Amino acid sequence: MTTIAEQRPRGISTWSRASGWVRNPWGRPRFLVLITWAYIVWSIVPVLIAVQFSFNATRSRSVWQGFSTRWYWGDPVDSVWHDPTLRHAAVQSLKLASADVLIATPIGVLLAIGLARWMGWGARPSNFLMLFPFVTPEIVMGVSLLLVFTHVFTFVGAGTDAQILGHVTFSISYVVVIVRGRLFSIGRQYEEAAADLGASPTVALTRVLLPLLTPAIVASAAVVFAISLDDFVISQWLSSGGETDTVPIRIYSATRAAPLPSVNAIATVMMVLTLLSLALAFLAWRVFTREERRARAGQTKDLAVFEL
Amino acid sequence: MYRRWLWPGFALPGILWLVVLFVVPFYAVVAVAFGTVDPILSQPVPIWNPLQWNVGWIVEVLHRFAPGGTFFGPSVRTVEYVASSLALCLLIGYPVAYYIARHGGRMRSLLLVLIILPLWISYLMRMLAWVNLLATDGYVNRFLTFTHVLSQPREWLGGEPSTVVLALVYGYIPYLILPLFAALDRIDRSHLEAARDLGASPLSTFLHVTLPLSKTGILGGAVLITLPMFGDYYTPNIVSGTPQTSMIGNQIDLFFHGGPQPTIGAGITVVLALFLTVLMAYYMWTIHRASRDVAAV
Repeated sequence: MTTIAEQRPRGISTWSRASGWVRNPWGRPRFLVLITWAYIVWSIVPVLIAVQFSFNATRSRSVWQGFSTRWYWGDPVDSVWHDPTLRHAAVQSLKLASADVLIATPIGVLLAIGLARWMGWGARPSNFLMLFPFVTPEIVMGVSLLLVFTHVFTFVGAGTDAQILGHVTFSISYVVVIVRGRLFSIGRQYEEAAADLGASPTVALTRVLLPLLTPAIVASAAVVFAISLDDFVISQWLSSGGETDTVPIRIYSATRAAPLPSVNAIATVMMVLTLLSLALAFLAWRVFTREERRARAGQTKDLAVFEL
Repeated sequence: MYRRWLWPGFALPGILWLVVLFVVPFYAVVAVAFGTVDPILSQPVPIWNPLQWNVGWIVEVLHRFAPGGTFFGPSVRTVEYVASSLALCLLIGYPVAYYIARHGGRMRSLLLVLIILPLWISYLMRMLAWVNLLATDGYVNRFLTFTHVLSQPREWLGGEPSTVVLALVYGYIPYLILPLFAALDRIDRSHLEAARDLGASPLSTFLHVTLPLSKTGILGGAVLITLPMFGDYYTPNIVSGTPQTSMIGNQIDLFFHGGPQPTIGAGITVVLALFLTVLMAYYMWTIHRASRDVAAV
């Protein structure tokens, strides 16, 4: 991309260049560069320091005293591997995230297809309903789910089942938005072609539409996995204590007590898992849509999915 | 007949799920807030029929929201914290989004990834990072005493409002930058060229072209981060944990997790939800319009 600034003729005075650089809206004002990089450093370095202290050799999380892996597996009592509460929390987090992916993805994909194709009177309110979980503060959702599980659907109660139901409830909308974006970009022409060639709606769906939707389905599964692993509020409100505590709940209670670097260690493990699952999904998306991108080079929006 | 019910049939499981686990639960909060309390078990008894609602508890809650009541302080504080965090987020976020959208150049993809990255790092992990940094012997205090800004370490985590605001800004700013970036990126450069050709100074180009054209992004992003900030209780609890910095979300948390009166907690939740309805409606409208635009393309 050539900007006006790069095309500027050489050999003009420093002053006019400097003032042109300030006035020209296509130039690169230096204070913006500074703010941007300062922001990026500020937003990422604290996390890197937290990761660094997960490798600290002593019990301190603020004074660095040498590298060690004791908080991951070395310490026989307090390491992530040996402390049963931390291990349980990791298992619980992974359990919720896996169940969430398995339940929310199919429901969300069906809802997205249904909402994109259904033109009847109920489509508009359903669309509206689907968007609601995005704008509802999590504490309101947490309170309402807790009350409903302890007073109405009392057979559920608080605990793992309630946590899974809660996670699916806030995840469905993410799946719908991602899959629907893909549905709009595919358009209807492939299905119409299939119908013209004699395919029934069901055949057109399974043989034409679903293969085209695969990248979006993979991406939404990864996003659901990631938001479920990171969720704190819903897991906490629906937790029945002890066994049902997830990693974010552990981190929360640890920061308020006397935390050890093992908390940083388990947070680091979960962060790596989240980023890995998203990176894999992104790669899968690139591979699946390679042909399409070749066909219309230069105008892809595949990052859009990860901008949620 | 088959074709007519095919697509609604696809949507049915999802809609049922959201009705049973989103609409019904919200009504349950309302029913508990307008319900009674069992005198023996001191358990809330929801009243489902609006005609039989008991307004006693909600009136009690509203009384406590009035000046002099126990919720007045936390409400004022919540508005103060949210307003100052939002202002700081915009002050930092707008230049960053503007730079990446307008001058990203070859670095654009890298910058975008770096901006998106914090969104995928657990909120709790990012708060934990600041708890480490702000500890009495943490890097922040050591840096400030080393440079003689402070003569002795400060208790940043002991109930400082500035720490809570900093944590809120740090936690929510990535969610603001992306909508801002999207809005600024959509602006057609020819509008700016036209303004410059017609003799506008860079400043007036910005004020009269760029800023108005990015208004929807500013408002959308602001609402997107304001809604969760109003319901936040964990951020002040993590970085401060004292009643002097407690927000309205902490009151709800207390009545459910600490106190014995979920009815009052449900009442505060209803009041909070009503207060946020305007913001929610605005945000739904922007999403609706955006998805209509996508559908039209």
